[in-house]
Amino acid sequence: MTFRDDVKYQESHEWALKDDNLVIVGISDYAQDSLGDVVYVELPDVGDVKKKGDSFGVVESVKAASDVYMPVSGEIIEINADLDDNPSNVNDSPFDSGWLIKIKPSDPSELDSLMSAQEYKTYTEGLEE
Amino acid sequence: MKHVPLYRTHVDAGAKMAPFAGWEMPIQYPAGSIEEHRLVRRSAGLFDVSHMGRLKVTGTGAAAYLDRLVSSSIAKLGVNESTYGLLCNESGGVIDDLFVYRLAESWLVVVNASNAEKDIAWFRSHLPESGATLTDVSDQTVMFAFQGPQAIALLDHDTGGRASAIERFHAALIDVCGVPCTVGRTGYTGEDGVELFAAADHAERLWTGILALADRHGVDAGPIGLAARDSLRFEPGFPLYGHELDEQTTPVEARLTWACDPDTDFIGRDAILERKRAGAERKLATVVMEERGVPRQGCDVYHEDRCVGVVTTGLYAPTVDAFCANVYVESELARTGSIVHIDIRGGRKRAVVASRPLYKPAYR
Repeated sequence: MTFRDDVKYQESHEWALKDDNLVIVGISDYAQDSLGDVVYVELPDVGDVKKKGDSFGVVESVKAASDVYMPVSGEIIEINADLDDNPSNVNDSPFDSGWLIKIKPSDPSELDSLMSAQEYKTYTEGLEE
Repeated sequence: MKHVPLYRTHVDAGAKMAPFAGWEMPIQYPAGSIEEHRLVRRSAGLFDVSHMGRLKVTGTGAAAYLDRLVSSSIAKLGVNESTYGLLCNESGGVIDDLFVYRLAESWLVVVNASNAEKDIAWFRSHLPESGATLTDVSDQTVMFAFQGPQAIALLDHDTGGRASAIERFHAALIDVCGVPCTVGRTGYTGEDGVELFAAADHAERLWTGILALADRHGVDAGPIGLAARDSLRFEPGFPLYGHELDEQTTPVEARLTWACDPDTDFIGRDAILERKRAGAERKLATVVMEERGVPRQGCDVYHEDRCVGVVTTGLYAPTVDAFCANVYVESELARTGSIVHIDIRGGRKRAVVASRPLYKPAYR
């Protein structure tokens, strides 16, 4: 299980990485492992504006459909359209080719409230019990 | 939650366990369910399906007793032959679907785990006063399936060719990996292969023995969880109780009248014949999504602006490489080529009724 430590996490298992003035978002390694094989990812339209905590899409695995939530408020600048043909990238490479969206944050300080890798790891260990 | 005898073996192999019909079962192993599906289609996979109910029927009246309850023609089965059949109520509704094996000195009835208790009560309530005895042997036995194009040839190495000597839908008593087994050339995947029944005490030896045998002969094989079992049964068009089948559905809607012998007086026959004569209002159809999206059980099906049915199973079918679903829709729309829309989270996605089955079983 990888807990990449240069990204921040939220309780609904998305990670957020600050990349210049954008925030890249995906789901954690822990999340993809729990979901099982991802077969489809429904993503928002570029230009949509959403608030922190809003659902921005759905990750569909063999087992179930799971909503994914905005870690920060802002405008959707780019979506990972490659996932249409390669949804298994979410499983194989959750932090790289499996990224979901890029956000132009309206309030970058919202990132500060997210968990560090260590905090998130401790949080997931609590879920196992 | 009940555990199969090899529960620990599955956990140690890295299986994700989840509740299924009251059992804590392996849903997938580390390879993942899509790879497991592909492994069975290209080589071989081993399933622990010991959660299924196994009933033994003995006595001089056993054949007549089973013939009255099961829709297919039990009386015509020779020794070591088997048949798929349905257990129906008086209105033709399906109580369960099952497999019956006629063995040398007894009959083996395999039922769904989710219905085992209900089935046993039904079987018991119809037992004749004498001539037939019913025993639940589920706890003292295990049931594995070994399926895939390499399965039979591999077992032949261990059994001196006795696996391939079993014809399709026949059975034999064979030692497999040193374990006495009832081996049926049957399965639920659309691939050639066997289902094995053995004493629970021998479970570990048989399970690890088959995987080791594959290893020794360089055959790509591995354990397969229930998630892949579902996609493997979906593609060749096999129904799953609680999805395509329930007590409100007759074999006419489910397209299973081939499993009903009108010449035997089984419970539900008259209702089924009448339904067939009158024509069913809704029928099972298989659709392929033309727009991306994963249909799930319970999603509504639309034709133009009218709700015309419901999804019973929906998934990504790995071999077909498409999002697909089984649906019950108005019979008029159940024809190949009909266009319907499936409501997935409020969005209506276009789908077309396909000709069944999506995957032709390898042994047909």
